[in-house]
Amino acid sequence: MNTLIAIIGLGVLCLLFEIFNLRKAIVPFTIIGLLGVLGLTISEMNTPASFYNNMIVVSKFSGAFSSLFIVLTIFLVALGHNFYEHKQSKISDFIAIKIFLLAGAVAMVSFGNLAMFFLGIEVLSIALYILAASDRLSLKSNEAGMKYFLMGSFASGIILFGICLIYGAMGSFDVTEISELSQSAELPIWFPIGIVLLTIGMLFKVAAVPFHFWAPDVYEGSPALTTALMSTLAKVVAIATLFKLLSVMNADVSESFQLVVVIISMASMTVGNIMALRQVNVKRMLAFSGISHAGFMLMTLLSLSTAAGSLLYYTSAYALAGIAAFSVVLYVCKNRDNEDIVNFHGLGKTNPLLAVILTAALLSMAGIPIFAGFFAKLVLFSDTIKAGYLALVIVAVINSIISVGYYFKLILAMFTKDANETRTGTPVIIYAVAVLAIVLNIALGLFPSVVLDLIS
Amino acid sequence: MNVSLISIILLVGAFVTFLSGDKLASKVALLFSIVAAAASIVILNQYNLGQNANFIQQWIAQPNISFALKVDGLSIAMLLLTTVLTAVIILSSLGSKFENAKAFYALVLFMAFAMVGTFLASDGLLYYVFWELALVPIYFIALLWGNGDSESRKRAVVKFFIYTLAGSLFMLVAFVYMYQKAGSLLLEDLYQLNLSADEQFWIFLAFFLAYAIKIPLIPFHTWQAAVYQKAPTVGTMLLSGIMLKMGLYSVIRWQLPLTALAAKEYMFVFIGLGIAGVIYGSIVALRQRDLKKLLAYSSLAHVGLIAAGTYTLTLDGLRGAVLQMIAHGFVVVGLFYAAEVLFRRYETRLISEMGGVRTQAPKFSSLFLILVLASVALPTTFNFIGEFTVLYSLYGINVWFAILGGTTIILGAYYMLKMYQHVMLGETNSKVFADVTLSEAFTFSIIIGVLFFFGMYPKPITDLITPSLEEILTQINRIN
Repeated sequence: MNTLIAIIGLGVLCLLFEIFNLRKAIVPFTIIGLLGVLGLTISEMNTPASFYNNMIVVSKFSGAFSSLFIVLTIFLVALGHNFYEHKQSKISDFIAIKIFLLAGAVAMVSFGNLAMFFLGIEVLSIALYILAASDRLSLKSNEAGMKYFLMGSFASGIILFGICLIYGAMGSFDVTEISELSQSAELPIWFPIGIVLLTIGMLFKVAAVPFHFWAPDVYEGSPALTTALMSTLAKVVAIATLFKLLSVMNADVSESFQLVVVIISMASMTVGNIMALRQVNVKRMLAFSGISHAGFMLMTLLSLSTAAGSLLYYTSAYALAGIAAFSVVLYVCKNRDNEDIVNFHGLGKTNPLLAVILTAALLSMAGIPIFAGFFAKLVLFSDTIKAGYLALVIVAVINSIISVGYYFKLILAMFTKDANETRTGTPVIIYAVAVLAIVLNIALGLFPSVVLDLIS
Repeated sequence: MNVSLISIILLVGAFVTFLSGDKLASKVALLFSIVAAAASIVILNQYNLGQNANFIQQWIAQPNISFALKVDGLSIAMLLLTTVLTAVIILSSLGSKFENAKAFYALVLFMAFAMVGTFLASDGLLYYVFWELALVPIYFIALLWGNGDSESRKRAVVKFFIYTLAGSLFMLVAFVYMYQKAGSLLLEDLYQLNLSADEQFWIFLAFFLAYAIKIPLIPFHTWQAAVYQKAPTVGTMLLSGIMLKMGLYSVIRWQLPLTALAAKEYMFVFIGLGIAGVIYGSIVALRQRDLKKLLAYSSLAHVGLIAAGTYTLTLDGLRGAVLQMIAHGFVVVGLFYAAEVLFRRYETRLISEMGGVRTQAPKFSSLFLILVLASVALPTTFNFIGEFTVLYSLYGINVWFAILGGTTIILGAYYMLKMYQHVMLGETNSKVFADVTLSEAFTFSIIIGVLFFFGMYPKPITDLITPSLEEILTQINRIN
């Protein structure tokens, strides 16, 4: 609870900085503030508590995921320093919106009541709509924002409808009460229908097939930093929330539901990977790669009672690799009007450090050992085989092989092609974020227990 | 001293080499590889004295994974092969210039680190991590320092990477499956597993895919020739001399003992695949015009025979296979080095453009001839011992296997001598060919010395590997 209050306070302070004309200090101040909030969250993590009639429930799960979100936000805010260089007059808005987005995210993993959950998802979504359209003068950005808003509000509607049906069936918004009632033998038919609608709405936010059509266009059109945010933070928030929703409401009872999860998971990985193979735009490629990763993350829904640690690990590995990859994309595609692979030609010669970092990030996403991505896949496969879905694991393995194809396309472009123009400038912050993210990723790979055992 | 020290030496070596700058890199790398080789000899001594050099440390609590390195005769033999050959390979590369040498030599040492780990690991996941890790450096070595047209090189190298990764991911699934059964991936715990015949069959296949691609056995060999040709010679040496032994070693260490039932049931199929590789490789080698490609296909033929030896599941077969692995490792490095020496002078790898070297470079001709003869298993060379033992074990299974496998010697002699004739003999070439320099001669004599010494006196190695092979055989024969 204190985390949430502190984050919102920080967001308001950001807006005040604008008034007092302290724009230069805003990024460092926010980072320090977020570090403080991170400390607060970690210190509260081991003392479960509930606030305001169970509206907010702090548990290990919410604490661990909130910490991850905060870390990701710190990285994203730091990247903003460089990204918004030429939009100094708006910087406080952008940073404040990100902080409010984080507040929504934290609310989404620590809700104890479906009303709070909906509040969280709306705060997060509206912040994202604004950020998607934040490059006001760019047609593509406007289109992305509009598309995302139309599709997103439709999904929100479905979620709301689902919540209403659940309320109709159970007579309560409180998840503990719903969970207790759902143990009874005779469930009204509205309850499973409500759960399915909720799941569909969340799958839209996760961008799982067949609810993924918005993702590539929105990712491509949005400003690069927003794309980074969507593909790392927003995706992780959505999947964690879906996991929490299903696990706290005991909704995984039926086998047919698991079958649907298996099929969606297989479809997401396969469609995402095959579409990614054909992309020439790096942001679009990472969007499709994100869809396939969503498929992997959905595998955790098959073992809800045990897989929380695996999900946390997978999402951390994926998001850290994503942050590292996107910081390189931000550097390379600064002042370019698109993010085509052509722009990455010869990066291995002109800027070996960043090329190595991007390579490492892509290898992590592909699941090559010693990077955290490998262990993430390993624990995921282990959980899924334990749950009895060997076939799904085999599809996942085949998909891992396919994914190497497009990750390596980018690596090859960096190392074997000649640079078409020289790159200048060494933005220290981008370097720092990229190095730190990849070091954290490798550290997670060397010591997986640190995160795996966090929620147990 | 425990065996993890060698891994640490190589890893630290890789970092120091990278930091040492382009000029010093090759020397620093050589120094570290020699230290690692010396350390492996110390480990050998320790093992012979009966001291424990194993290393085990819990790594991940949940899932239960340990950082476990096991020392027995077999792994020490492979350890020595890796560290000594790495030193020889680095020594052999001193005459060539590499752009960005610090990264190049760091990758070579890093690859040696990963390969040493693969040979020593006795925890399934740790083994898998090292196995995959070895792939990354060789990918970049072949891609960035390779020769030939960059587009076709890229295609060959990416194909190689995706092939091998595809194979090993299925192995990972098999390991995860066994973890669910055993609750641990330590070799001894896995040995205790009682898997049903069906489970063994699928696990065997998953392993087989990984190893058949790495070794390579036909029909999984299509990546090999192109990569051998495109990679820089150092990369080719690492691949053919050491890395493909990872596959063969893993068959003996992991596949056969864990899935003995399936191995017995389908023994003929897999011996057959090995032998088919022998014949196919030899025939294709006959028609090659590129020296490195010819050597690649000859390597395919030889490893086919080794694989056939391992799948006989007899002590002779396994022993012969291990001996031949070591012998082949040295001889193939020697042959590729000869090809490199020719390339340094003629700037070509086409056999048709060479010839008439003998009169100009008598020393090189004799060294090369010895290597050629060793590769066709002339008695008194180490390769003879290896191939003979393997053929003998095949004879015990079925006469026809021995006869067909024996074609490796006959066909091998034919294409290797024909190659030698075209490359070295004939009218004196108009192009000048300087005889071998001192350092080149030194590298050759190390390799030839090893081949002759163990060709005449293989006992130290047989004594070293036999007890551990017997242990593995008892495990294989545990369930009938």
